[in-house]
Amino acid sequence: MTAPLHEPTAEAAPSAAEEAAIVADSAGAKAVQGRSLGRIAWERLKRDKLALAGGIVVLVLIAIALLAPVITNLVGQDPESHHEDLIDPLFSTPTGSYGGISGDHLLGVEPVSGRDIFARIVYGARISLLVGFLSALVAVVLGTILGVLAGYFGGWVDAAVSRVMDGLLAFPQLLFIIALVSVMPNEMLGLTGTGVRLFVMILVIGFFGWPYVGRVVRGQTLSLREREYVEAARSLGAGRFYILFKELLPNLVAPIIVYTTMMIPTNILTEAALSFLGVGVKPPTASWGQMLSAAIDYYDSDPMYMVIPGVAIFITVLSFNLFGDGVRDALDPKGSR
Amino acid sequence: MARGTAAGPRAVLAYLIRRLFAAAVMLVVIILVVFCIFFLVPKWAGVDPAAAFVGKQADPAAIEAVRQKLGLADPIFVQVWEFFKGIFAGRTYAAGGDVTQCAAPCFGYSFRSEQAIWPVLTDRFPVTLALALGAAVLWLIVGVGAGVLSALKRGSLWDRGAMIVALSGVSLPIYFTAMLSLSAFVYGLKWMDGQYVPLADSFTGWLGGMILPWVTLAFLYAAMYARITRATMLEVLGEDYIRTARAKGLTEPVVIGKHAMRSTMTPILTMFGMDFGALIGGAILTETAFSLPGLGQAVLSAIRNQDLPVILGVTLITSLAVIVANLLVDLLYAVIDPRVRLS
Repeated sequence: MTAPLHEPTAEAAPSAAEEAAIVADSAGAKAVQGRSLGRIAWERLKRDKLALAGGIVVLVLIAIALLAPVITNLVGQDPESHHEDLIDPLFSTPTGSYGGISGDHLLGVEPVSGRDIFARIVYGARISLLVGFLSALVAVVLGTILGVLAGYFGGWVDAAVSRVMDGLLAFPQLLFIIALVSVMPNEMLGLTGTGVRLFVMILVIGFFGWPYVGRVVRGQTLSLREREYVEAARSLGAGRFYILFKELLPNLVAPIIVYTTMMIPTNILTEAALSFLGVGVKPPTASWGQMLSAAIDYYDSDPMYMVIPGVAIFITVLSFNLFGDGVRDALDPKGSR
Repeated sequence: MARGTAAGPRAVLAYLIRRLFAAAVMLVVIILVVFCIFFLVPKWAGVDPAAAFVGKQADPAAIEAVRQKLGLADPIFVQVWEFFKGIFAGRTYAAGGDVTQCAAPCFGYSFRSEQAIWPVLTDRFPVTLALALGAAVLWLIVGVGAGVLSALKRGSLWDRGAMIVALSGVSLPIYFTAMLSLSAFVYGLKWMDGQYVPLADSFTGWLGGMILPWVTLAFLYAAMYARITRATMLEVLGEDYIRTARAKGLTEPVVIGKHAMRSTMTPILTMFGMDFGALIGGAILTETAFSLPGLGQAVLSAIRNQDLPVILGVTLITSLAVIVANLLVDLLYAVIDPRVRLS
């Protein structure tokens, strides 16, 4: 493979897995193995204040997304009702200062329709996190399976998987996603409108993401399969799949976790970008990217309308990045910090 | 080729041929995939490709004409072949007496705007290229420079500050940064008018219109490159050969500038090839936010108008750009780093 890693920072992750392997070898029992690495990482993560802060914000965001209907009910708003009485008929912007922020409408209302921005932001979190997590899941599952197969079996399997990964990484993914979404019908597999868009986005973002995981997993597997403990298992008569699942996979957990946490914020940004471009979820479903693209027409007349969804995306992605950096450093003793 | 043999000119040549062959294969695969996306996926999903190609508000006669013109009733192999042939030899769309010519390289024909795609692409390409080039120069200087400085002054105030800015930079959606900078510098301070002026009309006007897009685009990438440069540099500085170089009594500028930089730049160069390739294929988000008439904007308006052939054409061109950029980077590698040829 001529191309080095896109994120060289994670290249050092093997050492964490090695460390875990050593710990596991000396402890012997598998139950201890998982906890050991976890505990080492947790000790380090606890000392990293920024990463902890990021993690806490992530938890809060997840709670907001899960409890969206409860939260909006609590403030007595919903994301789809219009409040035209709050809109200045002349400029179609909200009456009142800062985009119509008031006790009723915590973050103001949208121009023209007067929909409550707070409720839309809360519901938008659902779309962002749903796409972010599920597409990362797709990427990790595909990347792990294909990466392990390529690394373990080598030969033509490795050659084929590696070529496909190189090829996919060279694809202009945003454009391909746009192209795919634009040829998708409005109804398929019993889904309609936003459902179809979500389904396609998750699958396609995940599909373009797996080579990043696959490359790391393949490289790890290549070096792990030559280890003495694998040799030992083999000489004891363990089958291929036993070695794959019981000996190799547990040692791949660290790099996989690192890559997953780094992939989620990227996917959230991709979803927001697609919705910004009008190929993401369909209105009236709320999404942050879509709110930003609607706000373009109100640059000067209603700047809050632009700032709020932008800041929401920024905080979300930043927290995931802080947490991801922390997890990487925690799982990697040679880390860059 | 065994590891450790001296790489002579023949090895370089062999490597070049291998890479060129791989790029050609990749090209064919991409054309096939693009074809599948636009002609087969709609079919499986239950959408009439002919209707999709004409656009939303089309009458049955127009759809039928396009179906015949594109040969959508022919077997798949014939369709793929016609599509391939069009790119290299041009193509004639005919339905009864209605004949449409599309000269080589025919990347498709827009039945909505009644024009071939290729001229549209060549028209838009310079704008996108100028955007990508200007931004690339900026981000390489600022990003790599900041990353190296941070690595050398690890833990310092500068390092922390730069990394906080970089982390924020990678967490900001580019169109949001674009909107903020537009509202600050164009609408707020009124330093510039935020209009794109073609280079042929006025150089200063063009420069004035491009500065904000350049800086905004470069900021995102500079943040990414600073983070990665710093991490790579730190890793390289921990290597044994750096200790050896220092032990030999080499001065620090030589150790950093000559020994450490060379290894640091290798992954940066790979990334650059991919990023730059993807950008010259259409910096969709930046162009949209700044209303620059480049390839990306062409795609977006094509999506809004349901003009499938334009989307198809740009997707193809972008893929080609990425392949070519990656190929160039790989070739550059072979020149810089002899180890690459042996792997």
